[in-house]
Amino acid sequence: MTTETGRPALEARDALDERIVVTATINGDERSWLSSSRDSLLEALRERLQLTGSKEGCNNGNCGACSVILDGRLVNSCLVMAAEVEGASVTTVEGLARPEALHPLQTAFLENAALQCGICTPGFLVASSALLAQNTAPSEEEIRFWLAGNLCRCTGYDKIIRAVQQAAEEVRTGVHRSPIAGTGTHGAEAGVESNTAIEGE
Amino acid sequence: MTTTESAPSTEYRVIGTNPVRPDGVDKVTGRAVYGADVRLPGMLYGKVLRSPHAHALVKRVDASKALALPGVHAVLTNADFPEPLEPVMQTVRGPQPTRWDTERILAGRKVLFRGHPVAAVCATDPHVAEDAAALIEVEYEVLQAVATLDDALAPDAPILHDDGLASLVDGLFDPVDGKPSNIARQFTLGFGDLEAGFAQADIVLERQYETAMYHQGYIEPHNATAVWNRDGKVTIWTSTQGAFGIRQNVARVLNLPLGDLRVIPAEIGGGFGAKNVVYLEPIAALLSRKTGRPVQLTMNRTEVLEATGPTSGTRSWIKVGATKEGKLLAADVRLEFEAGAYPGSPVAGGARCALGPYVVPNQRVVGLDVVLNRPKTAAYRAPGAPAGEFPVESILDELAEQLDIDPMELRLRNCTALGMPRSDGAVQGNIGAREVMQAVISHPHYRSETVGADIGRGVAMGFWQNGGGESSAYAMVHADGRVTLVTGSVDIGGQRAALAMQFAEAMGIAYEDINSLVGDTDTIGFTGNTGGSRTTFATGWAVYQAAMDVREQLEQRAARIWECAADEVAYDPSDAALHGPDGKVMTFKEAARRLPGTGGMIQGQADIVSTNVGKVGACFGAHIADVHVDRETGKVTVLRYTAVQDVGKAIHPAYVEGQIQGGAVQGIGMALNEEYVYDSNGRMLNASFLDYRMPVANDLPMIDTVLVEVPNPGHPYGVRGVGEVPIIPPLGAIANAIHDAIGVRVTSLPASPRVILELLDEQAGGA
Repeated sequence: MTTETGRPALEARDALDERIVVTATINGDERSWLSSSRDSLLEALRERLQLTGSKEGCNNGNCGACSVILDGRLVNSCLVMAAEVEGASVTTVEGLARPEALHPLQTAFLENAALQCGICTPGFLVASSALLAQNTAPSEEEIRFWLAGNLCRCTGYDKIIRAVQQAAEEVRTGVHRSPIAGTGTHGAEAGVESNTAIEGE
Repeated sequence: MTTTESAPSTEYRVIGTNPVRPDGVDKVTGRAVYGADVRLPGMLYGKVLRSPHAHALVKRVDASKALALPGVHAVLTNADFPEPLEPVMQTVRGPQPTRWDTERILAGRKVLFRGHPVAAVCATDPHVAEDAAALIEVEYEVLQAVATLDDALAPDAPILHDDGLASLVDGLFDPVDGKPSNIARQFTLGFGDLEAGFAQADIVLERQYETAMYHQGYIEPHNATAVWNRDGKVTIWTSTQGAFGIRQNVARVLNLPLGDLRVIPAEIGGGFGAKNVVYLEPIAALLSRKTGRPVQLTMNRTEVLEATGPTSGTRSWIKVGATKEGKLLAADVRLEFEAGAYPGSPVAGGARCALGPYVVPNQRVVGLDVVLNRPKTAAYRAPGAPAGEFPVESILDELAEQLDIDPMELRLRNCTALGMPRSDGAVQGNIGAREVMQAVISHPHYRSETVGADIGRGVAMGFWQNGGGESSAYAMVHADGRVTLVTGSVDIGGQRAALAMQFAEAMGIAYEDINSLVGDTDTIGFTGNTGGSRTTFATGWAVYQAAMDVREQLEQRAARIWECAADEVAYDPSDAALHGPDGKVMTFKEAARRLPGTGGMIQGQADIVSTNVGKVGACFGAHIADVHVDRETGKVTVLRYTAVQDVGKAIHPAYVEGQIQGGAVQGIGMALNEEYVYDSNGRMLNASFLDYRMPVANDLPMIDTVLVEVPNPGHPYGVRGVGEVPIIPPLGAIANAIHDAIGVRVTSLPASPRVILELLDEQAGGA
């Protein structure tokens, strides 16, 4: 007969569980909040700041649904402690759009049917924005490798790759596509591009 | 290359276009509220304590230390569930003792899988709840785990369900050779004379196959948020494919009247069949009753993998006989499916579909539902069909090779058609199986040569019968001509758009003029789950009928305005206008504007049962896969992939392509990467996304799609469900491509590097 408790070393809890005030720039706003020293950045965003756009899919860095940009670097916010972002600048999916317009990636994801359930979408958008910040002409292969840390279970990635390619073109050329309309046929047009055409880019 | 194989249609204005979904902006800006995003004042956070053992008796649960922890509000065990009012419940996979459901949700005297919930706790903070769960002491008497099918079927196997409850249901766990068994159910489908069929055959092949246990792999873990109000009313927010199914299941285990329980479906982060089962909802509700506060629970990824409902690991045996021209004469199939800890594997789905694409005059399909110490399986996209059809698609490839017939040509020679019987006795309707096969044969991918060493091509078919059932919709016409359309179908991948498009088509109005919303159990009529590829078809019917209701009411209103008989007025969607006597015309917008002064606003509504209004259209697909096999590492790389499918009529072609691409990649995962790895004690060894290896972006090429459109005559716009079929063909197509590349037959999926290297070793040894 065995008796089990989940975590024998629990006595250390009090030492771990310190309350701390964290101040950081979140999507351009300086924010201060009270965190547990055990909070990940993802938990702080979701539970303390009510920014629930970043999603928890695995909480160990394997799915990318919690991707944020921390001082210019793409990170999984579940793998960063909240206390680590003191004084830092964080951009989440909620910070991608400008007041007057969506980010080209957001528009491209909609027009290319690059989301189905949408739970991975915030992570893909943030990760893709980090890619376009350093490379506005990524090849299909570069996009696929860059996004290999983001899991999507609905789309098979095809339309996500095409959406990133369309957004890259917009970022590169400075031409913003027409605003979202209900009668768009972009999805169909993007859908008929062939593999070979894409590989040539 | 995406192509659509049908005459260009000018008859539709909205159907066949690709508008942006109504929930799109919310979902790209992070505003969409998924289940775990619900935030209520005073909300407590719950955590489930789970069994570390796969099979054990629970001797004692002591929560005193947990309850003493500051911030902890309540602890819950199975004893908190009421005794079920009805001892037997109806489930989609047959009747079962109701008590098993409460014991699955929170264990009673026994735990039956690692991760089986034993107790739950709630606290002011998620970290405190985790700590509190860890402080609950549980005393177990560990039993021998039934870890594999062989373990389960052994004559001296430990019996999982030894509590006598099975005797409540006829035919459940019938003794085998007079002894208790882990075989929950066994059944036989088929017709004809097997012996005679095999006797006439020029060639007979007999093979065995296995498929691993796979998880649906939705990125959003299960969650539930509940409020048990002091007036006895209970509200639950949850990520589910169907609010009404959740309401029924929660009400049953909590003995609640349906009218006291409101289930609000949050946005859902993927389900693929698995989010029709209740896990956390009753726990959240009972914790809320105990504390008087809202309670939220979310699973972590390990909990999702270990303790929700993956699909069955399977073992199959198949024997086929054919003429030398490749005409199938007989097929004998035996499918053994792991049900997990409780009965209810999708073996019936596998058995129904296995021979679905083909005419086999003499056939028998035997199915076994076997329990073992793994989580109870749940539906996963075309439940049972991938494992049921893989053996058939593999052995047909071998048959084609031995008879020197092109593999798709062989399939075409045996293609099913209108009026042909299926294994379960149903008869094929108006289907596009032949059109799909012909589209493959004429496709440039199929006609091209594969070039290079260790590169090969495979093809395989897929069949799914599709679902119908009940759906509701209502449409409120506003005075400015806009319409709010509410349905009961949860939007898991663009349903709001696909339904609004059908409404717009029926009315002749613009898609943009429709607000398409998802109702909850108190705001919309009964609607089945978003699953089984039923929604665009069945809820599409409801939406169409609601539009007809609006049109009829508008005709009556116009008749009143025009002072004529109602039958003198007709609504014409081609110009979105009412036409009356003497050339009188009133547009929809004008009619809407005049509603307030002529008798008030109107709303159309419909609640349909699909069998009463139309007929479900079965769906066929075929995939072409080119792979490269690295002989040194055993890694298989998909180089080119084309998915051909009869989609009936694609309402939103881009979303239909997305269903096909996503399904194909899940099937590729089954074929190549994914599997549950268990040790002999029933402990999962790879319970993370790092080790349960789903396909990632750089594993894959683009997935080309061919939309063949053979309209379903049982739907006003020809819709057939499209979501299930694409997960089926990849298993056979990839395995057949591997054989074409390196000459070995993969009979056990996934074809992981280990499997490939073993087969190459065998090949070398045998050479």
